Amino acid sequence: MNIDSIKNGIVIDHIKAKKGMEIYRALKLDELDCSVALITNAKSKKMGRKDIIKIDKAIDVNLDILGFIDSNITINIVKEDNLTEKFHVELPEKIVNLVKCQNPRCITSIEKNLDQVFYLTDKENSVYRCKYCEMSMK
Amino acid sequence: MKNLIDIKDLSVEEIDELILTARDIIKNKEKYSEKCKGKKLATLFFEPSTRTRLSFEAAMMELGGNVLGFSSADSSSTSKGESISDTIKVVGYYADIIAMRHPKEGAPLVASLKSDVPIINAGDGGHNHPTQTLTDLLTIQCEKNRLDNLTIGLCGDLKFGRTVHSLITAMSRYKNIKFVLISPKELNIPEYIKKEVLDKNNIEYVETHNIEEYMSELDILYMTRVQKERFFNEDDYVRLKDYYILNKEKLVNAKNDLCIMHPLPRVNEISTDVDDDERACYFRQANYGKYIRMALILKLLDIN
Repeated sequence: MNIDSIKNGIVIDHIKAKKGMEIYRALKLDELDCSVALITNAKSKKMGRKDIIKIDKAIDVNLDILGFIDSNITINIVKEDNLTEKFHVELPEKIVNLVKCQNPRCITSIEKNLDQVFYLTDKENSVYRCKYCEMSMK
Repeated sequence: MKNLIDIKDLSVEEIDELILTARDIIKNKEKYSEKCKGKKLATLFFEPSTRTRLSFEAAMMELGGNVLGFSSADSSSTSKGESISDTIKVVGYYADIIAMRHPKEGAPLVASLKSDVPIINAGDGGHNHPTQTLTDLLTIQCEKNRLDNLTIGLCGDLKFGRTVHSLITAMSRYKNIKFVLISPKELNIPEYIKKEVLDKNNIEYVETHNIEEYMSELDILYMTRVQKERFFNEDDYVRLKDYYILNKEKLVNAKNDLCIMHPLPRVNEISTDVDDDERACYFRQANYGKYIRMALILKLLDIN
């Protein structure tokens, strides 16, 4: 299976297999007007199977979203057919309006126009807690 | 310090300062009787809590100030669908400081982000109740004359009991504190409290289901009520509500200067035959609550 290489854009690599569509949706890639390739279950020496997303345009990707969904992801920036930058994403310190607090007793369950905010409180175990009720994300 | 939402908002130095002021108020009540003249406290109680509300109102009255407010959501605009943000904005025009109790966790934080006047969290669901913790700290300081070098037994509902969680968090900042955690296994202290507070601060603790096992070692015994409103399952509540009943017999091996505390209201967990024991501090504890709230109101209104 061949997918054309990109001239200017981003390759999101080392996505855990089957997680690619979640990232595609979270980054709202369906709203772009450029070519986007989502490859699932690609063979990987390191991971066995992995997903890859290729975006044929230099866009600003929300790294917090990527780090939260899968902190093992690698980002490759391609400019004029050359790989100019390569880095890993990290767990973000704060995430906003990506997930809802599941605590039925939390104020976010009734107050209108309130951002859903979570803070990273335990990096080692990837624990996020709601800003308002401090319940950990399930 | 503009608001008090969580006991963790306060440094040890700020807590010491509040305790110092509260102790001065106890000794010199007259000196403080007009400190808040012309000021108004709004008590916005979206769920009933007679004891806490009256304590706040008495505190403001003893400082010479006035109070206004409501004691249940039914008598507020919330019943008409008004948001916390809107309610707080409006009340800020009528009062100089707000004490707020709400069944939803995080509601006082939302209020503080919108308010132009200081907000005091007077309890938000099963989450925080910082003025109860300040009350507990003042009680310990007054009764034991120290906040360090103490073995503290916490008994009852350690799972849902927010007063217990806050007290552990607050006391973990003092030297040589040891906790004895006494609960049935269904109401054990949550793992995150052990990991993120006790272990993180290298605090020594033991867990037991037997209230008498460590009784002779305790300087403080903090009893708690098993709260019906924290259970989703009525059967679990009925099974666990009378698991511990402290009575004179269980205190046989206790130290002579043990301090028995309870945030009140008490149901069955402390037998009334303990009330006359001079080690029973729980009614005095309620009285200390008024004085620490007076100190807090002065601090937040920046009145010396």
